[in-house]
Amino acid sequence: MTPKRKKRLTIILGLVFGTALIVGLVMFSLSENINLFYSTSQIANGEAPVGTRIRAGGMVVDGSVKRSTDSLKVQFALTDYEQQVTVEFTGILPDLFREGQGIIAQGKMDANGIFQADEVLAKHDENYMPPEIAESMKKKQEAQK
Amino acid sequence: MKIKMPRWFYQLASPRWFYEFTGALLPWFSAAAILLLVIGTVWGLVFAPADYQQGNSFRIIYIHVPSSILAQSCYMMMAVAGAVGLVWKMKIAHVVAGACAPIGASIAIMSLATGAIWGKPTWGAWWVWDARLTAMLVLLFLYIGVIALNSAFENKASADKATAILSLVGLVNIPIIKYSVEWWNTLHQPATFTVTEKPAMPPEMWVPLLVMALGFYCFFAVVLMSRARTEVLEREKRSDWVKRVIQSY
Repeated sequence: MTPKRKKRLTIILGLVFGTALIVGLVMFSLSENINLFYSTSQIANGEAPVGTRIRAGGMVVDGSVKRSTDSLKVQFALTDYEQQVTVEFTGILPDLFREGQGIIAQGKMDANGIFQADEVLAKHDENYMPPEIAESMKKKQEAQK
Repeated sequence: MKIKMPRWFYQLASPRWFYEFTGALLPWFSAAAILLLVIGTVWGLVFAPADYQQGNSFRIIYIHVPSSILAQSCYMMMAVAGAVGLVWKMKIAHVVAGACAPIGASIAIMSLATGAIWGKPTWGAWWVWDARLTAMLVLLFLYIGVIALNSAFENKASADKATAILSLVGLVNIPIIKYSVEWWNTLHQPATFTVTEKPAMPPEMWVPLLVMALGFYCFFAVVLMSRARTEVLEREKRSDWVKRVIQSY
């Protein structure tokens, strides 16, 4: 490479790493705002703002889902395995909503400490498998218990 | 330190050599692209097993994941080609970078659209402003910005230079897309495939996905070469060899 080309290459590398550094610092300082949701511990510990619309994320606690018999109202507990938050929602839940599933609820905390959700989104993980394998894995786990 | 670039690197810089070389590659890549895409589509949509939680709606992964990967690879190619063009003043590199932008933009739209279609039944929303989805939208805007900037100049040399710099600055978005699901809480799930670990799905699911991904790359190579060849003819239209090529048709 000629010295001229080397110089141009250095300038370009400087440009790329310079922008990466600047953007990295901005992202680092904004990281709290980039998070899509608050964990249930953050809400229970009062780290999440009260009275404004926030998103709460966590796992639906096994056996906590209570459906109303005469309306679309559901109540369930959300956990991050440290703290729990009770959520109330009226409406149609996504297909993937089930006990033990990760979900994200958008809404407000009310005066009784219950999270009033107006939108519930289901999160799914990065593991995919055919139903037969999932079935046999479940059986194996139960046999070990 | 003296770095010597290989011979093919300088050969590629010759428009005529590039035109003839890609002309020889084109039929092979076209055949591979058709073959892989047909096999992958049928395999993924018909023969691969359904997911235990999402059922058949999971099958959109066979289009969503390859298009998302390709949209990012295409951007990296555009930025690297732009850098080569800036450093070595190589026109062919700028031609390639310019050819990448519209392809990348279309593939990014495809990734966002299939993601939205997948999101509605599984998550319950077409769109969420989480870090992964937003970063991917920024990638689309970068592509559109590159296309707009490239066509804003009368002079080809200034257009090449400006778009190369913009695509290099935008390169910072690629690691952000990749790691967004690890750095922040997102609705989008983390990566199923990593270099270090076994894929989080059985082979009967990921083999067709790999076939589709390879098919997408071959398709990309075909479209990229075709666009770049047309651009080479356009830019070199005054030279004798281009006149001979045109006459032979």
